[in-house]
Amino acid sequence: MVQFLQQVISGVSIGCVYALIALGFVLIYKATETVNFAIGELMMIGAFLGFTFIVIWSLPLWLAAIIAISATALLAAMLERVFLRPMVGEPAFAILVVTIGLGFCLRAAALMVPEWSSETVRIFTPLSGSVVRLGPIVISADHAAVIVATALIVTGFFVFFKRTRMGLAMQAVSQSQLAATYMGVRTRSVSTLAWLLAGAITAVAGLLLAPIAFIHVNMGVLGLKAIPAAIIGGFSSLPGAIVGGILLGVCESLAGFYLPAGFSEVAAYILVLVVLTIRPEGLFGETIHKRV
Amino acid sequence: MRYVLRTSYRQDTRLFKEGLPQYGWYLVWLALALVAPLFLGVHLVSQLTFILIFAIAGIGYQILLGYTGLLSLGQAAFLAIGAYACVFLEKQGLHFALALPAAALLTGVVGAVLGLPALRLKGLYLAMATMAIGFIVEEVAARWTFVTGGNSGASVPRIEAFGYVLSRDVPFYFLCLALCIASLWFAANILRSPTGRAMAAVRDSDIAAQSIGVEVAQVKTKAFALSAFFTGIAGALMAHKLSFISPEQFTLHLSIELLLMILIGGIGSLRGVVFGAAFLVAMPELIAEIERMLPGGSQPALRPMAFGLLLVLVMLFEPRGINGLVEKITGYFRLMPLYRKGMFARQRGFAKSERW
Repeated sequence: MVQFLQQVISGVSIGCVYALIALGFVLIYKATETVNFAIGELMMIGAFLGFTFIVIWSLPLWLAAIIAISATALLAAMLERVFLRPMVGEPAFAILVVTIGLGFCLRAAALMVPEWSSETVRIFTPLSGSVVRLGPIVISADHAAVIVATALIVTGFFVFFKRTRMGLAMQAVSQSQLAATYMGVRTRSVSTLAWLLAGAITAVAGLLLAPIAFIHVNMGVLGLKAIPAAIIGGFSSLPGAIVGGILLGVCESLAGFYLPAGFSEVAAYILVLVVLTIRPEGLFGETIHKRV
Repeated sequence: MRYVLRTSYRQDTRLFKEGLPQYGWYLVWLALALVAPLFLGVHLVSQLTFILIFAIAGIGYQILLGYTGLLSLGQAAFLAIGAYACVFLEKQGLHFALALPAAALLTGVVGAVLGLPALRLKGLYLAMATMAIGFIVEEVAARWTFVTGGNSGASVPRIEAFGYVLSRDVPFYFLCLALCIASLWFAANILRSPTGRAMAAVRDSDIAAQSIGVEVAQVKTKAFALSAFFTGIAGALMAHKLSFISPEQFTLHLSIELLLMILIGGIGSLRGVVFGAAFLVAMPELIAEIERMLPGGSQPALRPMAFGLLLVLVMLFEPRGINGLVEKITGYFRLMPLYRKGMFARQRGFAKSERW
């Protein structure tokens, strides 16, 4: 039982990282209907920027984190302005392909930095090594930090969407772009803002992942798991993305422990296939009707 | 802008819409392909073989994506199933001439079955489901060692016929050429049949297609089965060309490469598939050439960078790919004195939102 809980907790903490990436993914999807396959690469860039500032330039942790997060956010916003803006009105599939291409470009850019491409690295924080005890369960402090940070960010987003003007504008755009435009919402700045926020969240995810897993140039593949997470949660639902991510992390962790080797690698994909077959709109999704 | 100048209604159902000149051009290409091994070295012939194999895989993808509008990110899985099935059957003693169609049919059946969840899914959900299938097949290929040889891979037996061992160079090139032409011909004929028309209708609007009596589910299943069938042939041929197969050849990356091939070649055109395949094979060679010229030696970033930039630039500036360019150029010359500025300007189609 203790072992089981232990696995669940470690699954939750990795699931929180998935959840954050999925959150960024859903944020962009809701505001702009863009399916962003480059999200994993954004996370990778965020993690490596953090690594550069913390380990190579040895800046203080909080300063490094702020710079890395804002740099990634700006990068994401720039991508939206330069590459995605001209694609407005094109079929969704074409936009998806553009983001796949952008993902490749970001990975190539990371490969060009010699300090990044050569090694798999890990960021050590003051928390590394210490543990938190909850009765018989032992959690490493880094894992606990991931869970706490995710909870804080999610609360922050909840407040942002419910209480602020910009958050309400984003919600309006996500419900109907046309109606929001008529009501005077500046749709364009909303979509840039969505990318900015998504960039920031994925950078946070990357930074949180860095102490508990190795970071390397190809870690963007991990971001691909955010898409199943988003789908399980219902794709257009922000709380759904969180639940989906955590569920995914737990399933993976349990599959890795109880099932034969190989299952943990594909657990995410088996889960998403099951969800898509039984309940294609996801756990929290609204049913989508389409006008011909 | 219409590229095909229609002068009769029959033209729409012809195999080659532009009539005689098109036959002429294709015959010239065929003749070139037939004499190519006389002039080219072993390496170039084997590159040509890869172009033909990728073209066959591309036909399958084009039917699914370009004609039925179903985005699959799991084509590598079909390649893998075709390859492993063919090799396994041959190792059980079946001759290649039987193992190839058997493997292709098996892949087609698997495609139809995997297409079942796809009947309810659209767009991104479908892309995700097929991507998931791709990952699962890759993992199965790595773990089911009895059939696949696992991560250490499987060697592919040589093809024997009438006491001769078929070389993997020139004779295999002709085998691929024959199969590629047969596949192109078969696909072109399917696409001008009612099935092909139904596919195009489903692509343009599945609800509208349904309302005029197209069985959407049936058409989608057919598209998946056909796509998997062609991709299975390509997989089996690929296994024989490479002479060794292992799971890491059939990753998501390969699926995305195939997607790139379709997009750069020209979506919605069988001719575009061949252009795309030629591009896909030529690009790594070109990059290797550039690397040789650069002082620093091998540049691992060059390939993904070229890949990514090309994907983005093609989607931004020439969404119909090489085939679109070719059509514009030939169209310009055909309309020579009548060409007006802006004739080929892109019409901005504002896609309707998926939600409302």
